[in-house]
Amino acid sequence: MSGLDGEAPLRPRTSRRAAGSLYAGNARSVVYRGWLATKSTNWLVVVSGVFEPVFYLLSLGVGLGGLVGQVTAGDGQRIPYAAFIAPALLATAAMNGAVYDSTWNVFFKIRFARLYEGMLATSLGPVDVAVGEISLALLRGAGYAIAFMIVMQLVGLNLSWWALLGLPAVLLVAFAFASLGMGITSYMRSFQQMDIINFVMLPMFLLSATFYPLTVYPPPIQVVIQALPLWQSVELVRSLTTGSVSAGILWHVLYLVAMAALGMTVTTRRLRALFLD
Amino acid sequence: MTALDAAPGEQLRRVAARPRRFGAWYVAEHRLRVMRSYVSTVLIGAVGTPLLYLFAMGVGLGALVSANLGPHAVDGVSYLRFVAPALLCTAAVTVASEEFTYPVMLGFKWNPTFVGISSSPVSPGQIIDGMVIAVVIRLVATSAVYWLFMLLFGATPSGAAALSVLIATLVGLAFGAPVMAYVATLTSDSGQIAMLMRFVLLPLTLFSGTFFPLTLMPVYLQWIGWLSPIWHGTQLARIVSYGAREPAWLIAVHVLYLLALFVSGWLLARRIAKGRLYS
Amino acid sequence: MSFAWVTLDTVSSPVIVASDLVKRYGEVVAVGGVSFEVAPGESFGLLGPNGAGKSTTMRMIGAVSTRTSGRLEILGLDPDRYGPEIRSQLGVVPQSDNLDEELRVRENLLVYGRYFGMTRAHVSGRADELLAFAQLQDKAKAKVTDLSGGMKRRLTIARGLMNDPRILLLDEPTTGLDPQARHILWDRLFRLKEQGTTLVLTTHYMDEAEQLCDRLVVVDKGAIMAEGSPSSLIRRYSSREVLELRFGADRNAEMADRLRDAGDRVEALPDRVLVYTADGEGELARLTDAGMRPITSLVRRSSLEDVFLRLTGRSLIE
Ligand SMILES: Nc1ncnc2c1ncn2[C@@H]1O[C@H](COP(=O)(O)OP(=O)(O)OP(=O)(O)O)[C@@H](O)[C@H]1O
Ligand SMILES: [Mg+2]
Repeated sequence: MSGLDGEAPLRPRTSRRAAGSLYAGNARSVVYRGWLATKSTNWLVVVSGVFEPVFYLLSLGVGLGGLVGQVTAGDGQRIPYAAFIAPALLATAAMNGAVYDSTWNVFFKIRFARLYEGMLATSLGPVDVAVGEISLALLRGAGYAIAFMIVMQLVGLNLSWWALLGLPAVLLVAFAFASLGMGITSYMRSFQQMDIINFVMLPMFLLSATFYPLTVYPPPIQVVIQALPLWQSVELVRSLTTGSVSAGILWHVLYLVAMAALGMTVTTRRLRALFLD
Repeated sequence: MTALDAAPGEQLRRVAARPRRFGAWYVAEHRLRVMRSYVSTVLIGAVGTPLLYLFAMGVGLGALVSANLGPHAVDGVSYLRFVAPALLCTAAVTVASEEFTYPVMLGFKWNPTFVGISSSPVSPGQIIDGMVIAVVIRLVATSAVYWLFMLLFGATPSGAAALSVLIATLVGLAFGAPVMAYVATLTSDSGQIAMLMRFVLLPLTLFSGTFFPLTLMPVYLQWIGWLSPIWHGTQLARIVSYGAREPAWLIAVHVLYLLALFVSGWLLARRIAKGRLYS
Repeated sequence: MSFAWVTLDTVSSPVIVASDLVKRYGEVVAVGGVSFEVAPGESFGLLGPNGAGKSTTMRMIGAVSTRTSGRLEILGLDPDRYGPEIRSQLGVVPQSDNLDEELRVRENLLVYGRYFGMTRAHVSGRADELLAFAQLQDKAKAKVTDLSGGMKRRLTIARGLMNDPRILLLDEPTTGLDPQARHILWDRLFRLKEQGTTLVLTTHYMDEAEQLCDRLVVVDKGAIMAEGSPSSLIRRYSSREVLELRFGADRNAEMADRLRDAGDRVEALPDRVLVYTADGEGELARLTDAGMRPITSLVRRSSLEDVFLRLTGRSLIE
């Protein structure tokens, strides 16, 4: 992306733009607009989103934990059930926040509010818009993550020092989902198609070794689950919060980085195709 | 003229007789026609939800619970059998919360079709009744599909346990009717519906003895279950499904509470609709 | 479907009778005691500015709004008691379209017809007739959201006609439409009139009122200011011609003062001065001779706009 990082050339828009004109280095203004819009309309809805994982943690961690007892985590260590699901909820919260911001929200802006058309009529380029929107999703994800980690400490799930690295990990998760989500959304034409996103998210949430270890599945299914981005995210965050860190987690990082890069490429291409060419 | 003044002539009375009688069914017919436009969502939901939840929560989580406590550890049955009635009731509530929020908001405000209907002979009360009828149809159908999947997973016996379908429908209505009344009062949605989902629907789903017996909750959280139609309904469904033991008075409380929620929400919604459409 | 009992009505008995009709919303008096009658087959208009109480009156006639006091009879019936019976005889075109956007064009008609208790077969045939009437045959399967404003309006009118109503209520049928779309609509309404449908319509366009109404009332702030046919109102409250003069925004008031004795009457508006007179050209010549030099001048025929200005001292469209 740094290759695109030059100054915006001050020349009239033409149908074929040079790479430089895709990015005006002003994603800040997109973030600023999002911040203003959130503040004046639905901040309560956004802020209260942090309660969702907390409700899950209290219900399943406390109540169901009584039935399940201890669970064997990836590295063979026995941990309380609440400590097992908490990082999964954290990763899921990051995913949900990022996906909501980058799909429904963006869909609405593209198809109904025609917001981007207005933005791209200024000196902003599609990359500014993409980076700006994704940063917003990241801010939201980071907010949820910090709040939720504080809750984890408070309910006595003592975190390891590694958990501090959980924050950048959660941001990476949010980034990967936000950029891919936005790319996919740019292909969507109707609300009905947007429902597909829900049909993908919910199974992923329930099946990605969130509520029970991967070993519950027969081996062939395990492979399928391991290919899911949420599983990668959950495993990454879980190793950090429980402190069972090995070099293996770098694979998860690599997976998510690749996903983010793919998402960014698709998004930029599509925004350009939709609004500029 | 004066003859008409006192009471409408026989013929005039007759032209409005059908709408007076069947108005609610016309509204339901309208709703079902609208549902056809998102039929794929309805179908995928109806088949996907039971598959997914019975597998993830029943089988997956069940494996953990059995590993810890043995195969008949919860309420004397396997975890799958214990959790399935709760999942069924929760699914019904989810469907009801879809049908009684945005469509109601849409009809009063965003695309005010209810205003259009109210200039026909059909009354606001009948509009509400029609919404309820259409949702009952969808609830019975989805719950029946759900129950068949339960059967397939071995999560319920057949026979009288099929009553669960009706119980789940009642739970959906007991939750949905008050929600409909609330949404009918909204003149704009600045997040109220999202907040309702987050702070009412989600906690009710999670703290209603769904995934574990209510008594495993700390006492200070158990009141949520007592208020929750999901808990009352789930307990009933557990009785018909695997013969969970409950004292007779408590069974009466479950049934009466569900009926009371449904009927009071329904009547309230009718009143609100009348006040709003005939202002 | 319902005309057997028409014989019960004597030819002259009005289909709508309102006397001292009042509607209050809390402190706000939306309609403050209006009285009027509408005869069968008549085309009756309510002309007035924003907030005059036109829509409120229409909703009371439509039996969807309960009056606060006064007498109201539609087809001889009290709307408070016989709402469904009355509504079964009405067609309603509300001020803002409320077509069902989740259904297709033709489906909107089908569904609506059912609300009157019509059979499925009957509804289907009637929908095709009305699609033709509204010139929307090739849009039958289109989404409502893809229609233009004028098409939506025509569809709403078609919907209002599904039950073959005796009275059609039209609340600002052409507001927001371009001239061509308005003329298409007017044409359709003329045909209905010819077939004997009673039309009640509100508008704040005088040309529309002049075109469509046999008789109208001018309403302002919930009260009736005048009643009559468009031409009789113009005769009674205005002169034959109007001379419009523009002197520039800052000089209009001053010039109006100097013109005080010109014509029959003079009105000063912020942007122009109106001189009411039987002979516009003659008056203009006299003024020019007297040394007045307006930036622009225009002679036109008097319209309902002038009647309204005379009655309220305000212009109809701000
Ligand atoms: N439901 C309501 N609640 C409170 N006040 C109302 C309501 N409906 C109308 N009013 C008030 O009654 C008055 C008359 O409104 P109405 O809609 O009848 O005017 P109108 O002549 O149709 O105006 P327009 O040309 O703008 O459509 C207005 O002051 C309006 O604010
Ligand atoms: Mg109006």
